[in-house]
Amino acid sequence: MNDMRVTEREVDDLEIKMKARNVDVFYGETHAIKHVDVDIRDKTVTAFIGPSGCGKSTFLRCLNRMNDTIDVARVEGEITLDGEDIYDKRVDPVQLRAKVGMVFQKPNPFPKSIYDNVAYGPRIHGLSRNKADLDEIVERSLRRAALWEEVKDRLAAPGTGLSGGQQQRLCIARAVATNPEVLLMDEPCSALDPIATAQVEELIDELRSRFSVVIVTHSMQQAARVSQKTAFFHLGELVEFDSTSKIFTNPDDPRTESYITGRIG
Amino acid sequence: MPLLWTLTIILVLGAVGYVLGRRKAIASAGGDTRLLHSLPGYYGANAMILTVVPALLVLAVWLIVQPLVIERSVTSLIPATTVEEIGSRSLVMTEVRRLAEGIDTAIEVGALTTGDARALSTEFTDIRARLGEVGVALGSDVTPQVLVAAQEYRAMKATGQAIMTGVVLVLAGLGLAFAYARTHQEFRARNAVEYAILSILLLASTIAILTTVGIVLSMLFETFNFFELYPWREFFFGLEWRPSFEGGSDLGLIPLLWGTLYISVIALLVSVPIGLFAAIYLAEYASRRLRSVAKPLIEILAGIPTIVYGLFALITVGPLLRDYFAEPLGLGQSSSSVMTAGIVMGIMLIPFVSSLSDDIINSVPQSLRDGSYGLGATQSETVKQVILPAALPGIVGAILLAASRAIGETMIVVLGAGAAAKLSLNPFEAMTTVTVKIVGQLTGDTNFESPEALVAFALGLTLFVITLGLNVLALYIVRKYREQYE
Repeated sequence: MNDMRVTEREVDDLEIKMKARNVDVFYGETHAIKHVDVDIRDKTVTAFIGPSGCGKSTFLRCLNRMNDTIDVARVEGEITLDGEDIYDKRVDPVQLRAKVGMVFQKPNPFPKSIYDNVAYGPRIHGLSRNKADLDEIVERSLRRAALWEEVKDRLAAPGTGLSGGQQQRLCIARAVATNPEVLLMDEPCSALDPIATAQVEELIDELRSRFSVVIVTHSMQQAARVSQKTAFFHLGELVEFDSTSKIFTNPDDPRTESYITGRIG
Repeated sequence: MPLLWTLTIILVLGAVGYVLGRRKAIASAGGDTRLLHSLPGYYGANAMILTVVPALLVLAVWLIVQPLVIERSVTSLIPATTVEEIGSRSLVMTEVRRLAEGIDTAIEVGALTTGDARALSTEFTDIRARLGEVGVALGSDVTPQVLVAAQEYRAMKATGQAIMTGVVLVLAGLGLAFAYARTHQEFRARNAVEYAILSILLLASTIAILTTVGIVLSMLFETFNFFELYPWREFFFGLEWRPSFEGGSDLGLIPLLWGTLYISVIALLVSVPIGLFAAIYLAEYASRRLRSVAKPLIEILAGIPTIVYGLFALITVGPLLRDYFAEPLGLGQSSSSVMTAGIVMGIMLIPFVSSLSDDIINSVPQSLRDGSYGLGATQSETVKQVILPAALPGIVGAILLAASRAIGETMIVVLGAGAAAKLSLNPFEAMTTVTVKIVGQLTGDTNFESPEALVAFALGLTLFVITLGLNVLALYIVRKYREQYE
């Protein structure tokens, strides 16, 4: 625990990358998220924990406006990225999503080759000048996702042919390739075995040196292992948001303590 | 006994079996249905199935076999001289059957008594005139030989009918008794019913397959007959289609095949882009409400009979194309053209392509869309680069199915493109297809021993092989696609 505190002191000095104020989300009549305030700091891993259906994934999807694709979802309140309101009319959600990348619960590689999967984002955003450039981006992204050594000889093979853990790392490489500033991960390890989970967790820790990472997880051990900040959601409310060590050792709210010790959820 | 009565009795026996079986089962368990192996209804259903199904099966087989047997034995009664007089054996048999039916009708309306009918003879009665009075017209005067055959025919038919009724009813009774005897608390009626249902389903699919085999075989035999009369080389590679019933016809396949392919290609050029784009719009862009209205509307198009499309081609599209395109461009004066039929057929195929493609696009997992949007792709980028490649095999399958429909289409071609077989590149020229010529060769007075009529079967078989190939290809592609997400 001592090591963790050292990193946290550093974390609190870092600038705030994303700021959510008074966010409410409605799915039709259902009030899914109630008055949530969260600060996401740069180069920090922030974990969202809470029982199923508490709204943590919904809130995560607000951060890159993925809820726009759901007809009945309505978002109120203010979410800013580098001080700019991302729900402003002038903001193009497509551009926003290039800056705020996302990795999903189930690995979802496109039915294309491994190379084309990673090159997908750079191609649509025009991030490379030529083929050599693109090759370099692909290699760098795959290296960052700790997948390069495993796939470098079969970049033309379909991405769907990889194992579950490799597929998820491919999806991370794909998200990293567009050079996002924030990376959102929605339970990225829930479909993976323990070994693949360990690899992805290690990766998350490395990714922190370049982006800020927000991860939704069901596993409290995982939150404790990878994050510096933890937010506990319950029934659509943000119950407590603090440094990970504080949440897990000395939470202020009795509900947080109950959840962490396994009494609710 | 009329057939309807036999059927009714079998069904009534079945109902009785149900009640008895159920009651006996409950009684054997002492009234406590929990002690039974199966629900009481299963014991009833078991008795009913054993009563009805074997009886009905025997009835069906008997009804098919009896006429064949009678025909064969009656035919042997007819002397060769009579056959020569009338023409062919099948014509004599037609006469015999008609006479036999005529006598039956006469008895029914009361013009003859059963005794009179038995005593009929050609010497004393003008049978043709007497039957004419009760509304049965015979082709020619009745010869003694035909009368004998007809009487024999009637007698055999009556006997056969009586035996059949007896056998079937006894079988139903035996089935009922057997099931009733077996019904007991321990009897696994549920499994027996399950097995019976499986057999019925299996029988149904076997019949479907056997029918297909039968169709193919009948076409094959006729095609063989055709190729005995006409060289296959000239059929497959002949460039002229000029049938004449006086003989010396040219029956080349190529002009018809060309017309078929030309029209189908135009139809696909119309239907594939429109149908596919409509499907993409409906699946990816349209709101749920619009989709719930628009999709059924498009599918209504699929329910319009093709003859109606043909009328549309004949009175609207054809003249329009002629007046505004063909004549100004100097390409022809015909309102029937490949273009007319192709465009209208394309319109007919739009709902086909769009509905199938829509289902296929919808079956692409949402996670792929999310993945693409999450990387900052726009909707059209997502459609173009992720959804269409993922759905492509299925869409190709849909297009191939549409193509095989286009190849088999007849009415639109008759009314839109005419019936003249021609080999030409000009899309405003009248041409025709294989199916139209099949209809053409078989309508009117046809002699099934001339190559001009038999060619229809060769054409049909060719078409069958082509569409079968396309369907197999489509199924193969669709199946391969399914493996991807399961």
